[in-house]
Amino acid sequence: MQLFLFLALAIVAIAAAIGVLVSKNAVYSALALLVNFAVLAVMYIMLHAQFVAVVQVIVYAGAIVVLFLFVIMLIGTETSLLAARGRSRQITTIIALVAGVAFLISAAYVAVAGTVSADQGRVPGDGAVQAIGEALFTQYLLPFELASVLLLVAMIGAVVLARKQKSDEV
Amino acid sequence: MDWVNSILSPLVKSLVLILLLLTGFAYLTYYERKLLARFQVRYGPNRAGPLGLLQPIADAFKAIFKEEVIPRHVDKWVYIAAPALALIPALIAFAVIPIGPSMTVAGYTINFYIANVNIGFLYILAVASIGTYGVVLAGWSSNNNYSIIGALRTSAQMISYELPMGIILVAIVLTTTLATGVGSLSLVDLVTTPRPWWLWIWLWLAFPIFFITMLAETNRSPFDLPETENELVAGFQTEYGGMKFALFFMAEYIHMITASAIMVTVFFGGWQGPFVDQFPLLGVGYFVIKVVLILFLFIWVRASVPRVRYDQLMQFCWKIMFPLSLVYLAVTAVFVALS
Repeated sequence: MQLFLFLALAIVAIAAAIGVLVSKNAVYSALALLVNFAVLAVMYIMLHAQFVAVVQVIVYAGAIVVLFLFVIMLIGTETSLLAARGRSRQITTIIALVAGVAFLISAAYVAVAGTVSADQGRVPGDGAVQAIGEALFTQYLLPFELASVLLLVAMIGAVVLARKQKSDEV
Repeated sequence: MDWVNSILSPLVKSLVLILLLLTGFAYLTYYERKLLARFQVRYGPNRAGPLGLLQPIADAFKAIFKEEVIPRHVDKWVYIAAPALALIPALIAFAVIPIGPSMTVAGYTINFYIANVNIGFLYILAVASIGTYGVVLAGWSSNNNYSIIGALRTSAQMISYELPMGIILVAIVLTTTLATGVGSLSLVDLVTTPRPWWLWIWLWLAFPIFFITMLAETNRSPFDLPETENELVAGFQTEYGGMKFALFFMAEYIHMITASAIMVTVFFGGWQGPFVDQFPLLGVGYFVIKVVLILFLFIWVRASVPRVRYDQLMQFCWKIMFPLSLVYLAVTAVFVALS
């Protein structure tokens, strides 16, 4: 049952990922990405990581893809994004291919070398939230605080950019 | 018997809940039309059946038998999927809301909720965050300037008002540690843990803020900017008719019911009330009565307050609601840390 569910979900996830790449329309790409994120969230639930699943939905499905759609619709370039000129397009394709292959190789290496086992990522049933919270605020306190500072910097940067644009208009 | 607990029981509960919500939707439209009529010194629907009680059914038949028109200039698949995407979040949010206390009937325990997960609050936030898709995609797929403006407004509005909503919920999660010493993100636990009277008063202080964010999240008047009739010709719904329009209508009203249920659960003790321990079924009754009262509030606001301008809406969120909710969270956090 578990294996069957996983296979079905994996097929949907991969199909959605391919859909992101091959779709001619940027909105369809964003929607395929949404399906991919949703399926990943279901997979997290299968691993009893409810907290991670919900965060996946809130952050990726709820915020990031909405922003993608927002930008696509605001600029109104659903199809013209893909009509970039030949040469730059080729370079982009090559960079993307190299990065993708490198990522796949590293993922395969980790899987084969067994540095991450299936049980390691597992958090005890109902206590998932507590477990993650405790880990974040004790063992990983420094990275956690660094990440929060980084986000704060990004937020201030966004505010500064928005302000500058406004004074230019006046 | 494992499959009974893991598959059959949630399935049956979900079906019952969806049927109840759809009936609730039908009669919420009746409730709203009657109330609005009273506010405006009219009679409201009173022709179909006694007191006009059959009006929702007549409306449903009308919507079902309308011709399904798909305009030629729309993006067909997204156009068809959008109404469903609008409706689903409103329905699934109910999965974590406890409607009544657990009961034992003939040696079999019945729980009046579908899932008691330790992420109830986060689940609500997650469902709220995907609620934008239906409207945004409807506006985009319609290929119509009015619709797309409506859709863009909605996404900005809903994303903005999610912030104060989420922050208030975080503050309430913090207060769950006060009563028992152990915090919980489960809405079922939230209802069952007793809270001292001063905590209730402190919670009710946040209720107006939360209620206003809920008005914005459900796109209700005075924040119904996505569908302003006079400037956007109904906004994202312009190109929709028949049953697909009815689905959007349904989504809005079920969103209202869900939002009311969340507010009842978080601020007014859910199914709690006198004599619930002796007669568990009373709890369901209390829950329904409280939800109906909050729905009255929604309709009352619609009847009393004119629609705000778009810039007012955004300024109100970012300059008043957001700082207020942050202050509320900070004060709560300091208090919880000290006690």
